[in-house]
Amino acid sequence: MSLLSVDNLQISFSTRNGISTAVNGISFTVEKNQITAIIGESGSGKSVSCYAMLGLIPSPPGRIDGGTALFEGKDLLSLSEDELRKIRGRDIAMIFQDPMTCLNPFMTIGDQLIEPLRLHKNMGKADAKARAIELLDEVGMRSPAQCFSCYPHEFSGGMRQRVMIAMALINEPKLLIADEPTTALDVTIQAQILRLIADLQNSHDIGVLLISHDLAVVADIADQIIVMERGNLVEKGEPKAIFENAQHPYTQKLLDAIPSAERASQEGASDPLIEISSLRTWFYSDNSQEPVKAVDDVSLTINRGEILGLVGESGSGKSTLGRSILRLAPITDGTITFDGTDLTQLSGAALKGFRRRMQMIFQDPFASLNPRMTVFDTLAEPLLLHNIVDRKGLDNAIQRLMDDVGLARNFVRKYPHEFSGGQRQRIAIGRALATQPEFIVADEPVSALDVTIQAQILELLQDLGREHGLTMLFVSHDLAVIRQIADHIAVMYHGKLVERGTAAEIFGSPQDPYTQRLLASIPGKKSLAEPISA
Amino acid sequence: MLKFLISRLLQSVPVILIVVTATFFLVRAAPGGPFDEEKAVLPEVRKALEAQYKLDLPLHEQYFAYLGDLFQGDLGPSFKYPGRSVNEILASGLPITAELGFYALLIALVIGGTAGVFAALKPNTKQDYIPMTLAMVGICMPSFLLGPLLVLVFGIYLELLPIAGWGMLPGDKILPSVTLGSAYAAYVARLSRAGMLEVLSQDYIRTARAKGLPEWQVVVRHALRGGIIPVVAFLGPAFAGLLAGSFVVETIFQIPGLGRFYVQAAFNRDYTMILGTTVFLSTLIVFFNLLSDVAAAWLNPRLRAQFQGGK
Repeated sequence: MSLLSVDNLQISFSTRNGISTAVNGISFTVEKNQITAIIGESGSGKSVSCYAMLGLIPSPPGRIDGGTALFEGKDLLSLSEDELRKIRGRDIAMIFQDPMTCLNPFMTIGDQLIEPLRLHKNMGKADAKARAIELLDEVGMRSPAQCFSCYPHEFSGGMRQRVMIAMALINEPKLLIADEPTTALDVTIQAQILRLIADLQNSHDIGVLLISHDLAVVADIADQIIVMERGNLVEKGEPKAIFENAQHPYTQKLLDAIPSAERASQEGASDPLIEISSLRTWFYSDNSQEPVKAVDDVSLTINRGEILGLVGESGSGKSTLGRSILRLAPITDGTITFDGTDLTQLSGAALKGFRRRMQMIFQDPFASLNPRMTVFDTLAEPLLLHNIVDRKGLDNAIQRLMDDVGLARNFVRKYPHEFSGGQRQRIAIGRALATQPEFIVADEPVSALDVTIQAQILELLQDLGREHGLTMLFVSHDLAVIRQIADHIAVMYHGKLVERGTAAEIFGSPQDPYTQRLLASIPGKKSLAEPISA
Repeated sequence: MLKFLISRLLQSVPVILIVVTATFFLVRAAPGGPFDEEKAVLPEVRKALEAQYKLDLPLHEQYFAYLGDLFQGDLGPSFKYPGRSVNEILASGLPITAELGFYALLIALVIGGTAGVFAALKPNTKQDYIPMTLAMVGICMPSFLLGPLLVLVFGIYLELLPIAGWGMLPGDKILPSVTLGSAYAAYVARLSRAGMLEVLSQDYIRTARAKGLPEWQVVVRHALRGGIIPVVAFLGPAFAGLLAGSFVVETIFQIPGLGRFYVQAAFNRDYTMILGTTVFLSTLIVFFNLLSDVAAAWLNPRLRAQFQGGK
């Protein structure tokens, strides 16, 4: 008997515009001791299905219209809230997408960890603590006894996800539902966490339901893949079969969208726009004498018209380097020459003049746009601030920007929440382009986006780069993304620049051991090697 | 933490100094004086009185003399109650006002907090609309209207509760406390509803539910702490409002607290009494604002870490 067998599950949401079907009669099974992956874009109904089974969708507006979900012979959908509650956290545990927000910031890690034990097993405090520390150790936390009394904000995303995993496994559940467990993490961390889930699945003998939008991520570890599109199950099979012989056009599209296209490196004449020499950005914290060396002695040249990809895991200083160039982070030492002028010596009005020529695109298009400003206001602000156009020319200038970034002109009166993630990132790009900059720092601009949308935004950035003759520093943790867009690649590790070269050099023959490790951890490398090169 | 406290306390010194200075000169600028009464006072007597209270000195000398006394904690003698110092009068009125304020705050927190949390649990249902409508009424209704209304209903029609006094008849503390506290209960209800709604939509609440916690534990253990931070931050300003509001309530219910002395002092041009009460109350307000800031920060582990770092 399958651990979980879902049959004809139907879920709908009542919205202002009537009832919308989220899940349209899907059926699948999850076997004991196997990893089943559900793949689909956001909005395809993959998460909703899993949440609904556990009674975790808000209802109303959500509603389960039909179907069964047999877990060990009991139909989850017909259990009362109280019976379901007893299964949650004991027999079925969950890991969520964003470890930054999924732990309670007001409680210590330890208190949160032992909660399920105390609740479901009535375990004493001391025993629960011992068990929690044991598990923290198992998921690879350093000095687990100390972690126990720490608060979540003291840990990085990867560490928090480990805590989440420990919390999910603490009651030895039979089924683990992992909702995009690595989407918010760096590529090296991603590989570690996936490995950890796979190992734990093996050693604890549990069934795993892994939800992801990224085929590449799950390819290595899944035993079975289910592809969903707009509430429908479109394809089901073993990973090998899916990769080699995808039947449904949507699966094909997902496969194509995995960024890995070869990019010819263009050897341009060296005409440096930005020269950084011995740059140091150190942060002094109150507690320790030792400064945090976010950027430590980095020298780097960025040529005019080039897209330089800057890779590294979180905490490597890559974002800080980008911000330092724009003088958005305090520089401790070193020089940054922009078009012949040393930026570190500038201040006030002179700096403002340069700010116009350098812009930034941020990672999270949900957070970087002011929710109370319309697109028009967002785009108008830099135009007016830097006196690029006057009030009369404003409408035209904004319409040009909308055209540039591929948004319909009549969208300008809308607010950010009315747009999807990809559209919002287009707005953010438009805002950056408004001042007609020569140099753009793009800090993880596609990390928060679905893979198909990612491809579109990367293409847009490339096109705009070419049209406007932009020089770009493209910061990302995702080597596959970098490879697609960058001419040159620089690799950062612990604040230092460890390697720099053309895309072909870095991918072909990485010199630095860290780069080699980074390349080895690209997800889906194993399964992807053949079909993509074919 | 200590550094933060000390710097905040030092910041409050100029604030209080400004309050003293402004009050001192404003009171003096008002027409009339403490010894202008309906029946004329003999010029010699008046002169002797003014000399006794140093009112014959030039204004700036009086000002500095007052400051000098103030730094020694002496608020001077009352002009209207001969033989009693302002310190004594404040000390006799304060316990009553403090008690009234305490009950009012208790009502605000318990009733307002509970209403807000319950409203947030089922937003946009009856459980939300009814308390929030009442809260809106509570905010809109001034205490000089609510007080007499309560007196009319509970004191005169129903004859359940005494209509005035403080600590003389059983139950005479209820109406004043409710009158003073209701507006704050309304604010607290709105703040805690907003705070709880915000927290309840967070991902970590979903995590708590996924653990299988019963709903009340989700609310009490996981949501409440973050949800009440806005309420705690509001307590400082609320305290200032309570003091100001107590003047009205004390007058309605004939309560011998600070507020009544304050109002009478203003009518009587009892200079030292006005100044003394103002200085005393502004010090309290500054102090309680600081206290609520610290408490709100303490509830948030991230900010707490900064404090402990010595910032």
